Amino acid sequence: MGYVAVTGGQKAIEAADRINQWYRIKDAAHSLETIEIEKQLRHLTDRVMSEGGLYASEYAALAIKQAEGDLCEAAFLMRAYRSTLERTYESEIIDPGQMRVIRRISSAFKDIPGGQMLGPTMDYTHRLLNFTLENEQAHVLQELLKEQIPEFDTNQTLSFPKVAGLLREQGLLFPPKSSGALFDITRDKLTFPAPRSAKLQILARGETGAMTALAYSSMRGHTTNHPTVGELRVGYVEVTIAYPFDSSESLCLGELMLTEVETINAFERDDQGDVKLRLGYGLTFGQNETKAIAMAILEQGLETKGETPSQDEEFVLLHVDSIEANGFVSHLKLPHYITFQSKLDVLRQTQKLAESEKTETPKE
Amino acid sequence: MQAHLKQTYNYAFLDEGSKKEIRRTTLKAVAIPGYQVPFASREMPIGRGWGTGGLQLTLSLIGDQDCLKVIDQGNDDSVNAVSIKKLVQSCTEAEVTTDSERATLIQTRHRIPEVPIRADQILIFQVPLPEPLRMVEAKERKTKQLHAEMDYSGIWLRLYEDIVKWGKISIGADYPALAHKRYIFAPSPIPRYDLPKLNRADGLFLFGAGREKKIYAIPPYTDVEPLAFDDYPFEVEHFDGCTCRLCGSNDTFLDEIFDETTGQKFYQCSDTGNCQKRQEKRHTP
Repeated sequence: MGYVAVTGGQKAIEAADRINQWYRIKDAAHSLETIEIEKQLRHLTDRVMSEGGLYASEYAALAIKQAEGDLCEAAFLMRAYRSTLERTYESEIIDPGQMRVIRRISSAFKDIPGGQMLGPTMDYTHRLLNFTLENEQAHVLQELLKEQIPEFDTNQTLSFPKVAGLLREQGLLFPPKSSGALFDITRDKLTFPAPRSAKLQILARGETGAMTALAYSSMRGHTTNHPTVGELRVGYVEVTIAYPFDSSESLCLGELMLTEVETINAFERDDQGDVKLRLGYGLTFGQNETKAIAMAILEQGLETKGETPSQDEEFVLLHVDSIEANGFVSHLKLPHYITFQSKLDVLRQTQKLAESEKTETPKE
Repeated sequence: MQAHLKQTYNYAFLDEGSKKEIRRTTLKAVAIPGYQVPFASREMPIGRGWGTGGLQLTLSLIGDQDCLKVIDQGNDDSVNAVSIKKLVQSCTEAEVTTDSERATLIQTRHRIPEVPIRADQILIFQVPLPEPLRMVEAKERKTKQLHAEMDYSGIWLRLYEDIVKWGKISIGADYPALAHKRYIFAPSPIPRYDLPKLNRADGLFLFGAGREKKIYAIPPYTDVEPLAFDDYPFEVEHFDGCTCRLCGSNDTFLDEIFDETTGQKFYQCSDTGNCQKRQEKRHTP
């Protein structure tokens, strides 16, 4: 069926909706349960929550199902839903130092107080396709793992002091640059130079691939930036709000899973002549480790002066958002008949001019 | 999906606080013609860069008493126009129309309807790139300063270079203009043919750039002057002697169309609502 964007738009859209549904379900033995996506595709759900800027794993799973696994589309669904929600409270400041940690590593020090904890990671697993997954029995594996990890208990409380705290105590770290009043990128348009809080917010919900590419460019040679991961921790933190009738008390709303990264960069000299290390900071919803590291690199890069793309705040901050980048690039699929017609008109007029010039000035 | 929206979402999609914020921004924009007022654009359920700025303006203004027309390339039945119209219908009770004279709100991409906008109508443009100085300066921080100081030498130089290089100004659509002798603004990618319609008009023109998070306005009776030189005046698109094959008009903006079987080139009105009305008039003696 040919579609002309000129007429029949209504019918074409309805037909496209139906065909979409058909392609989604035509070869399916059963419809995907969203809880399967939520519980078994953790990293996918985490990424969609992080880029969507909405911590709601059930909705993220639904978005992934609806978008048939298109990540950008799923993050977009989350953002659009977020636009309809009233802002009722501001949380109290979260302290990741109090995190109930499930994973925590440092590439800077072998021995950190509390020790390193590898936790759930594929970092050291060989990337070989595991064909046994094709016929996996969930309950059999669950029983087996329970025996193998007898002390395994996700609710145990494990919190560790921060590695950065150690460095700070020894006077090796600059304090973070003050961000002044908190900027809210969802309530104000960004202005430049951007306040630090705005930079961090944009990076926290930036697109993983875009941020990784920019951070990689900075590490690979566009700057001499090769930071050390002082600490990477993944775990749960409580979100609290001030109790509405008595602000001296807090109400716990629930827990967020976060990844926090602190990178240590080359030392710097500040205006007072002090020489210390500067931290880069990354924080994301869910377990999004590469993105969190990339965020720390980019954040730190934006605090330094230089000519490379990753040090240019307009370049970095205006181009890492998945929803904006995808939206604008894909809008080229919309008709541009008028602009093209107008361009053709200018071209034809210019051609006429060029032709007349040719005849007026014959070649010598 | 559409029926579902009605029950689960707020009237006109956005929460009331967001709509109020957009209206306040719009008031500021009306007060300073051509000045790009920043606002915290919300993510909408259509693509970012697919008309979300216009859509937010429409949703912030619309009420059940309104009558809405949505066009893309002048066409009511273009897929994106239909998609936007469907969304607004799914979260409001407003009536829709293809007749620009019946509409109270008209959301448009790339065209201004042929029939002039009246004082009781609002034309809402979808804007992809609101910054006219972006073609000469990549940085927002600098363009803001250039506007503040009314330093427009860069863009004038660009036009001059065009003349040196091509013998004429090579900008097709989205031709920059000066609003009320103060701010240069981007009229969105409307053809040059439509630009003079903004000058000292009866109606209100609102421009929404969702991705770039800016709203600006050309209020009624604002001077709008396309940038041009005395010896190289502003020119609109040429349709020398062409007429619409459907309604026969020779004074409208025409789309160039090819017949796929014969390969023949012909023309028809880009404003389909107006073309339809003219055809009906022609057939009723």
